[in-house]
Amino acid sequence: MAKYLLLKHYRGAPAPVNDVPMDQWTPEEVSAHIQYMREFAARLESTGEYVEGRELSPEGTFVRYGGEGRPPVTDGPFAETKDLIAGWMVIDVESYERALELAAELSAAPGAGGKPIHEWLEVRPLLSVPPTITE
Amino acid sequence: MDESLLRTLTPTVISLLVRRGADFAAAEDAVQEALIEAVRAWPDDPPRDPKGWLVTVAWRKFLDAARADTSRRNREVLVESEPVPEPADLADDTLQLYFLCAHPSLTPASAVALTLRAVGGLTTRQIAQAYLVPEATMAQRISRAKRTVSSVRFNQPGDVATVLRVLYLVFNEGYSGDVDLAAEAIRLTRQLAATTEHEEVAGLLALMLLHHARRPARTGQDGRLVPLAEQDRCLWDTRLIAEGVDVLQAALARDRLGEFQAQAAIAALHADARTVEETDWVQIVEWYDELVRLTDNPVARLNRAVAVGEADGPRAGLAALAQLDPSLPRYTAATAYLHERDGDLATAARLYAEAARAATNLPERDHLTRQAARLNAALRG
Repeated sequence: MAKYLLLKHYRGAPAPVNDVPMDQWTPEEVSAHIQYMREFAARLESTGEYVEGRELSPEGTFVRYGGEGRPPVTDGPFAETKDLIAGWMVIDVESYERALELAAELSAAPGAGGKPIHEWLEVRPLLSVPPTITE
Repeated sequence: MDESLLRTLTPTVISLLVRRGADFAAAEDAVQEALIEAVRAWPDDPPRDPKGWLVTVAWRKFLDAARADTSRRNREVLVESEPVPEPADLADDTLQLYFLCAHPSLTPASAVALTLRAVGGLTTRQIAQAYLVPEATMAQRISRAKRTVSSVRFNQPGDVATVLRVLYLVFNEGYSGDVDLAAEAIRLTRQLAATTEHEEVAGLLALMLLHHARRPARTGQDGRLVPLAEQDRCLWDTRLIAEGVDVLQAALARDRLGEFQAQAAIAALHADARTVEETDWVQIVEWYDELVRLTDNPVARLNRAVAVGEADGPRAGLAALAQLDPSLPRYTAATAYLHERDGDLATAARLYAEAARAATNLPERDHLTRQAARLNAALRG
């Protein structure tokens, strides 16, 4: 088993196919989308492939040590293509192919018009400790 | 296996051990170990005298720990000094424990954790689960808290207001894992109300009961947030509401108003209305006026503005909002709501979307997104 991080972006990722902002959907479409995400996580729990998932607020700041006193805080080092992460899910799966399969499925969450959003998800393997036994 | 009985006995047993000469931290540790043993042993072999059992086992645990620390000779001295008369007034001791756990030298998070363990009798694992942190993290938080109060004298008088603040925090944490913190906060506040005559303790108890009574209606089956106006009032717990109102009336009759009584009065007016239209908004505004006078809390002012919007119309509500700091939590959502009531759907939709982006929890964000979506759909016709 290997763990993968599925990263969902607010922006910064390539535009999805069904690119309509959420507040322009109907309330039913919003509910259907949330329901899809919830059922996806619940199903992975039942297959033993779910590790954790969290949603992030779009508001964030960059902070660094700035000597004595208050640290400098900025809205971000990026001028225009500011990337924002909306949330993540960590899965623990048998293979890289399975991770891709699940990411694709998550990307098919319904959006405006009840059609899949086709949003891009970033898939990153989690680094782990070296195995005790190498076969 | 009566877990609530165990939890009720916890503060008493800790107090007894302290009376016998154990310091607070050691007594608390010993009682925790006794509780764990009780959970293991009681289902097969329930004791006739649960309190006596716990005192005996906890004292033995304390002695074991003391023996590990000191010489055999010291242990024998401790055993020698064991005979103890039953204390006359345990209620006072329990109250001291509340004050100790809410000591001002503790951070709010530590005070909450220590209260749940020492007064509530929850295990570290249960508290960790409720706060979604690893058990080791919570264990550290609790032992740090115990170290902080280790030099505080057990009989030092405490501040009721601080204790109430801690209980209020526990209530607001809601629930997760296998412990419902709201129910736990109510249990602790009931216990405190039984041992002290303070009218704000009654005010807080009434407030909790009235809010807890409406909880089944507050979320839909799919976990979505249901605003007060749309709640199915048949789901409200009328027994809890009646009790909350009784407790509140007894507190108000003593004519020493405080912020918890005022908040409970507002909650009671909501709980009293059989339909949303029956809500007595004029009286609610009057109570908010009292609350603002008592606390000068900006959140109370924000809530008051929304109530004014219901009592005197959305324009009046918006005028009241305009006096406040726009960076207040939920300011944008409240403004959106009043604009919608005023018929300005475009502004309301824009503000709902803005409020959704700033929301700090998921159900609220989803709710606000749906509100924006609903108005935008209406605007498209």
